[in-house]
Amino acid sequence: MTQAFRIENGGLVNRDKKLSFKFNGKTYLGYEGDTLASALLANGVHLVGRSFKYHRPRGFFGAGVDEPYAVVQLYRNGETEPNIKATEQELFEGLEAKSVNCWPSVNFDIGAINNFLRIFLPAGFYYKTFMWPKSFWYRIYEPFIRKAAGLGVASTKHDKERYEHKYEYCDLLIAGSGPSGLAGAYAAAKNGAKVILAEDKPRFGGSLLTSDVNIGNQSGKDWAEGIIAELKTMPNVVVKNRSQIFGYYDHNMLVMSEKVSDHLPSTKKYHPNKRLWYIRAKEVLISSGSIERPIVFGNNDTPGVMLSSAAKEYLKVYGVLVGRKPLVFTNNDSGYETAIEFKKHGVDPVVLDSRKNPESEIIDEAKNLGINIKNSYVVVAAQGYKKVKSADIASISEDKKQLGKIENIQCDCICVSGFWTPTIHLASQSGNKTKFKEEIDAFVPGQSKQNEITLGAANGVFSLEETLKTSFTAGSELSKKITKNDNKIAIPNVVEKKSSQHDKFWCVPLPKGKNYKRFLDFQNDVAVSDVEIALREGYRSIEHVKRYTTLGMATDQGKTSNLNGLQLVSEIENKVVPAVGHTTFRPPYTPVSIGAIVGREVGKHSKPTRKSPMHSWHEKNNAVFVDAGVWLRPRYYKRGNENLFEASKREAKNVRTNVGVCDVTTLGKIDVKGPDAAELLNRVYTNGWLKLPVAKARYGVMLREDGIVMDDGTTTRISENHYHMTTTTAQAANVLSHLEYYLQLVWPELNVNVVSTTEQWAGAAIAGPKSRDLLQKLFPNSDVSNEGLPFMGYMEGDLFGVKARIFRISFSGELAYEVNVKSDYGNFMWEKIMEVGEEFKIQPYGTEALSTLRIEMGHVAGSELDGRTIPFDNALEGLVSKKKDFIGKRSLQRSAFIAEDRQRIVGVVPLDKQTSIPEGSHLVKDDKASLPNPKLGHISASCWSVEYDNPFSLAILKDGKNMIGQKLFAMSPLKNKVIPVEIVSSHYVDPKGERVRS
Amino acid sequence: MLYINCPHCGMRSQNEFSYGGDASVKRPELNKEVSDQEWDSFVYNRKSLRGKHLELWQHISGCRQWIKVERDTATHEIFRTFKADEEVA
Repeated sequence: MTQAFRIENGGLVNRDKKLSFKFNGKTYLGYEGDTLASALLANGVHLVGRSFKYHRPRGFFGAGVDEPYAVVQLYRNGETEPNIKATEQELFEGLEAKSVNCWPSVNFDIGAINNFLRIFLPAGFYYKTFMWPKSFWYRIYEPFIRKAAGLGVASTKHDKERYEHKYEYCDLLIAGSGPSGLAGAYAAAKNGAKVILAEDKPRFGGSLLTSDVNIGNQSGKDWAEGIIAELKTMPNVVVKNRSQIFGYYDHNMLVMSEKVSDHLPSTKKYHPNKRLWYIRAKEVLISSGSIERPIVFGNNDTPGVMLSSAAKEYLKVYGVLVGRKPLVFTNNDSGYETAIEFKKHGVDPVVLDSRKNPESEIIDEAKNLGINIKNSYVVVAAQGYKKVKSADIASISEDKKQLGKIENIQCDCICVSGFWTPTIHLASQSGNKTKFKEEIDAFVPGQSKQNEITLGAANGVFSLEETLKTSFTAGSELSKKITKNDNKIAIPNVVEKKSSQHDKFWCVPLPKGKNYKRFLDFQNDVAVSDVEIALREGYRSIEHVKRYTTLGMATDQGKTSNLNGLQLVSEIENKVVPAVGHTTFRPPYTPVSIGAIVGREVGKHSKPTRKSPMHSWHEKNNAVFVDAGVWLRPRYYKRGNENLFEASKREAKNVRTNVGVCDVTTLGKIDVKGPDAAELLNRVYTNGWLKLPVAKARYGVMLREDGIVMDDGTTTRISENHYHMTTTTAQAANVLSHLEYYLQLVWPELNVNVVSTTEQWAGAAIAGPKSRDLLQKLFPNSDVSNEGLPFMGYMEGDLFGVKARIFRISFSGELAYEVNVKSDYGNFMWEKIMEVGEEFKIQPYGTEALSTLRIEMGHVAGSELDGRTIPFDNALEGLVSKKKDFIGKRSLQRSAFIAEDRQRIVGVVPLDKQTSIPEGSHLVKDDKASLPNPKLGHISASCWSVEYDNPFSLAILKDGKNMIGQKLFAMSPLKNKVIPVEIVSSHYVDPKGERVRS
Repeated sequence: MLYINCPHCGMRSQNEFSYGGDASVKRPELNKEVSDQEWDSFVYNRKSLRGKHLELWQHISGCRQWIKVERDTATHEIFRTFKADEEVA
């Protein structure tokens, strides 16, 4: 394909490197340095999509981040990404893109029938129509809307790309590398400040790339290149292109998305696709420039109608003509700059200026070049469906209400300039209350809220000379405050053409008898008539008008539409624009990939993984792991073809008959040390701790202040002032914070220190009738007899040369011990236990068997201590001291907590002794009762009792104390099960607790 | 993201801290008779202030100290920070 609209010379693209790419299946050629948009335009392609609601043909409107139309589905290296702006996507060899929102093709789109039905699709159409009948919503309306609406399609595949997060600090962060940003960066850098300069485009320089100015006897573009080259050599400066600062958050935290690889055919090895920067800046210079705004006229969404600045950019940066018969429609001098560029390249434009008698240097230049200029003239409507073919134009009266005789002139593009809108998003996000500047008909930042300053066009200053002066000064002053350096920089001479005042004119009236759609928001198909309807229907707040009409929503966030929408509302409401106000600017300024926001925290990296020192042994021995908080714990050890049920039953059975060993490293461990340690324990636990002798352990329950059980565990007195506290795996961090809270804030007089020792100790629970025999062999020099180491006793021992702590505590209800060694020796300990335990038929057991053992013993755990239960509910009221005060005690007097029929833990057995009861099932009296069937309680934990060989569950049941022997139903609508059950004691096995003391 | 001046460690990002609620709440003394109402206020009742608020934060991924932070709940401006045992004037 030839690039018929590429001019012979000029532009900043690399003409030595041709790139081929595909759009809608057709192959085209472009150059290195093109965007997808400029390359398509070079090939004369103007039709790129269909509009959101009416499916009207869509072309290109802008040349950058403001683009409302040219949103495509991109295919790159086997991946696809939706909602890519063709004006931002850099061309690479092999790029593929497709139009969105059209079916079957962009040229013939079925949905375009909406265009003819548009009289039926006014503002608020969905709200009004799809209300009823209610049942239609899910079945008919929503699927229909989803199919018909929407832009691109997200990939359902796993994203193979990598995204990085980076935290950075700097003295001065600069958003935008136009003249203001460059001057500010240069001055600050010369003062030794740490500077980050961010530019969203691939090329630095902003407006200097396209404007006809001189700085210090060089062209603006050359000056910018020189400054950037020098900044790049400075060690205190970071210069980043393809990097969009999209959010300004609290305390001068800004977030920037750097597109590291999007411009390449595939991501380089070890490179991320995007990098998200969290930047904490002492000062921020917002030099984000301005965006040209359109003038509203009939059919102003026809492909070929675009911003005049975009036409100029395609010509000057990419060497591409957007048309050969351009019509420039302007209310200010900017349109003339575009016309002059056309003329310089041998194309004759016609300029329509809404002003009567404008005079300026730029206009003089245009006149001298012989450009056809019509004053007091406007475009009434564009003609043509898939591309502009001609324009209806007319003269306009001075009050802008009366149109003269309509004439039709041939043209192939209409370049519109309705003056400039400062990009104030970042300043507004910072909390800056914006103010309306009459002279430019737009909002500019007001009083700075955080340490931010907005300069140049973003601040409504369009004179280069003034911009450079204020920006050099600001860069010096801001950096001087921080670095105390004061290196004076001479501000270069500026040659620029002076402009005249723009015309406060933004919307062409409809000619008599014509009903052209005049669009305000091009991405969402919001026309003047839609806003009129919203106002007629009583919507007043601009925020409501926005949501009702969708004006300013979607991926371009109204960058080209907001101000014209405000003008319209203010005109109809007869208010001034500042009284109408603008909608809130919220981050992100431009769409950011979800991948970039998530970073590397995906899949197994979404949280840290903690492993015990014995992890590799478990792996080698066929452990199947389960997530326990952030820990990986063996759930069971698979033998042959066993499933979870078979394996856990075998493991639990072996504990009951022989001996088993379980990795309990994950239990939270806290060292409590100090002369007041016992007093602290006495206050945080519900039971008494002052009389616990050295070398003894005690089980304790701690409450929150509201009386709800927070955690349980055993604490052992290692020595006079040293206690070893254990917590559940899940609550370890919370318990530590809880203790620190009381020690630091409530009872600072207590002389106690607490520190987490979870990772310092590896733990193995040895449980079963043969556990003492095994222990004796492991510690031949220690007296581990029932007298030497009684239940809840503690001693230190020598495990083949390794110092070990031995606790006689039991979670399984069997005779059991816990052995702790320093983490480094964990694997050694485990291997020794397995080796010595072989003669006692030892087997390792996982969390599933662990649960089985504790459930049939009626020991409570996380599923009962679920943040909704008090000690009584868990049959732990025996541990609640009546003599002393403790955290949460006062709450236990609440009337609901002492109610006669208070819920309480019970055991549940299915009548058929066969059917396992799903956890979470509700207990009800009558399985046939009408819904909602009154719930008496719920199943908290279920197991297969290895002692009795039938299913057994624990439940928290209303009036559980008096329900033993009752017959109820366990209902699980999720599993579609109704199981007749009998309520029994929660202590199903060894109710007297004889085994642990044996 | 807030930037909090830990009185022990200096300026640190919010993600090193965890929030601990109203710092002006005083726990009733142990072993003291407390009316239902008084206890209820202590456990449950908190003002949802707009404006200056003295609150607790714990520097959980740092020095683990609980600190007091005087912050505007509407603007997120932080005025002053204090150590746990520092009197707030």
